[in-house]
Amino acid sequence: MEAGTPQVVKLEDLHVAGQLSGRKHILSILVENKPGVLARVAGLFSRRGFNIDTLAVGPTDDPSISRVTLTLDGAVHPIDQVTKQLHKLVNVLKIRDMEPEETVAREMALFKVSSAVENRAEIIQFAEIFRAKIVDVARRTMTIEVTGSADKIEAFERMVRPHGLVEMVRTGEIAIGRGSD
Amino acid sequence: MESLKAEGVKDVFGIPGGANLPTYDALVDADFRHVQVRHEQGGGHAAEGYAKASGRVGVAFATSGPGATNLVTAIADAMMDSTPTVFITGQVRTELIGTDGFQEADILGATLPFVKHSFAVTDPRQIPEYVHQAFHVASTGRPGPVLLDIPQDLSRADIDYEPRTEPVELPGYKPSTDGNIKQIRIAAKALASARRPIFYTGGGVINGNASAELRELADSDRFPVTSTLMGLGGFPASSDRFLGMLGMHGTWTANRAMDNADLIVAIGARFDDRITGKLSEFAPNAKVIHIDIDPAEISKNVGAHIPIVGDVKQVLPKLTREYRALQTDSSRLDEWWNTLRGWQEAHPLFYEPGQNGEIKPQFMIETLHRATGGDAIITSDVGQHQMWTAQYYGFDKPRRWINSGGLGTMGFGLPSAIGAKVACPDEQVVCVAGDGSLIMNVQELATCVSEDIPVKIFLQNNGYMGMVRQWQELFWDRRYSSVEMGASPDWVKLAEAFGAKGMRCEDSADLEEQMTAALEHDGPVLLDVRTVAEENCYPMIPPGNAARDMVEAPRKAVS
Repeated sequence: MEAGTPQVVKLEDLHVAGQLSGRKHILSILVENKPGVLARVAGLFSRRGFNIDTLAVGPTDDPSISRVTLTLDGAVHPIDQVTKQLHKLVNVLKIRDMEPEETVAREMALFKVSSAVENRAEIIQFAEIFRAKIVDVARRTMTIEVTGSADKIEAFERMVRPHGLVEMVRTGEIAIGRGSD
Repeated sequence: MESLKAEGVKDVFGIPGGANLPTYDALVDADFRHVQVRHEQGGGHAAEGYAKASGRVGVAFATSGPGATNLVTAIADAMMDSTPTVFITGQVRTELIGTDGFQEADILGATLPFVKHSFAVTDPRQIPEYVHQAFHVASTGRPGPVLLDIPQDLSRADIDYEPRTEPVELPGYKPSTDGNIKQIRIAAKALASARRPIFYTGGGVINGNASAELRELADSDRFPVTSTLMGLGGFPASSDRFLGMLGMHGTWTANRAMDNADLIVAIGARFDDRITGKLSEFAPNAKVIHIDIDPAEISKNVGAHIPIVGDVKQVLPKLTREYRALQTDSSRLDEWWNTLRGWQEAHPLFYEPGQNGEIKPQFMIETLHRATGGDAIITSDVGQHQMWTAQYYGFDKPRRWINSGGLGTMGFGLPSAIGAKVACPDEQVVCVAGDGSLIMNVQELATCVSEDIPVKIFLQNNGYMGMVRQWQELFWDRRYSSVEMGASPDWVKLAEAFGAKGMRCEDSADLEEQMTAALEHDGPVLLDVRTVAEENCYPMIPPGNAARDMVEAPRKAVS
């Protein structure tokens, strides 16, 4: 008798694997760089009623392959079902459900904040604390570039919002697995 | 054309138009049959009927724009029922794409949600490769429709065809077929522990050509078997271990058995809502072994305790071997069989026989079984007649029952019968039609006549869209709304106008004789059978209810 197969299987001992993980998931998806692939991925999500929180698409080191990074809520969606449906798309080559502890995830955001003379110093101070960059200054506004985890970007947003947030642009998260020693 | 020939294509269905003129020009010299249908939807369903009857890939052609959009229903239908099909559409010339050119439609975009895969040709040299990939994707794994959209200028380019020597390789497409042997062993042991098991078999058994393997497994003990609408014929209906179809219009015994089972073995089936009824109350006592080639079906609707991803044809023999090796005592199933037999006796399929020659639709199907020796290929439209055929014909063999199960497409019956007859010219092919459905694709009678395709259409004519009327009667206080067919055509004259033979039957005593005459006639026939108008289809699980809330046909009080 090899390992993993019990002598007797009692029906009452059988269970269904849990469906909802309850946390945010980052899926890193390698797709063939062909016309319409993004429409297939996005269409699958809308058709199956899955909500994408963020989506980022870009090239990889191989010009024939692109990477789609998307985040979604595992408290609402059975991630297993999402990845299995994605795998059915012929142009999808590989899907990684990134493990939070073994992943570096980053997002970039641009904040255009109204900056009168009296609060300019304070905003610059925030930017320094968050290691953000001021990329544009005008008479009434300042534009700040922030890079970091989604949490950090949301924290920065909370700090500057009271000063008058004119516009905010976020890229959506991208992620890479941590190196192993 | 060379690529299609290399794929073994013998027959295609379609209609030419501006954007696929080059393809049709090449057809003049090609040595396969082109069936010129009268509407692209008909061509699409014919390709489906062809595939379902023969197991070979069905092929339909259409031109760009409206030709292509007319195919959409057939493509969606093939997706829902996992039918191996390749649809080849013409597209406007490359330089016109995106300009709203004449007869331009983004058919690739329109069909994205319901194709297994699709290809837009951008270079004529891609065509042979894409054709081979299309056939590979359509026919392997879980089968399905593949669309190939070719702009007019690219399909007229002259390219040299080099026969391919290597099998198709797609980096993102590798269906797993073996089934995990550890899981199969656990499944065998679970079966050995089960006291109230049931096999719930679906269209996957038909698509996977696994009927013999299913019988082997069922014969390894006294396992009861029920089947979905799509799986009928996968296990012989005449077997005493067959409990009949399950689901909304399934038998009392099959539905009760699912409700009371301690172990459900789902084989190539997908727990559709027409099977489960109210999901939260479905089979409350059962553990589930789910065998399917599509991993995404497992635990999609009903959680699987023992998932097995693989081709049923490969998995079932392994499961049989593992189960037999356990040498179980089959007397543990005695009590279960007593219960099942009790249900069968108390709750058989039932209808009140017709009086004074009136023709009950159920009687019509029983008569059809007699007239065809139970061995015809039967296609159907969608509605009451479809359910009655499923209940009363008793399919003993696979690929004899062709219908639109998942999408429920009215108008499917006649064109799919054409496809089945082209695929299997030596078989008797009968379309059981409803009067609401038949008229939706009745133009294909012209195809039958001009292409010499002798299908027999047996019309259950009750003057209503019967299933909708039944729902309005039962669930909408009998407020009939747009279900009467009103001034229907004179079907006999209509058939004759097309050049087919028209017949009518109004007396149950004449029915079998007329059916036989129709079957023996050398050409297409439309037999207009006037059935009882307001018959309801039972048993029925009212929509949104649990299987145990099934309603049976009311019985007249005995006076």
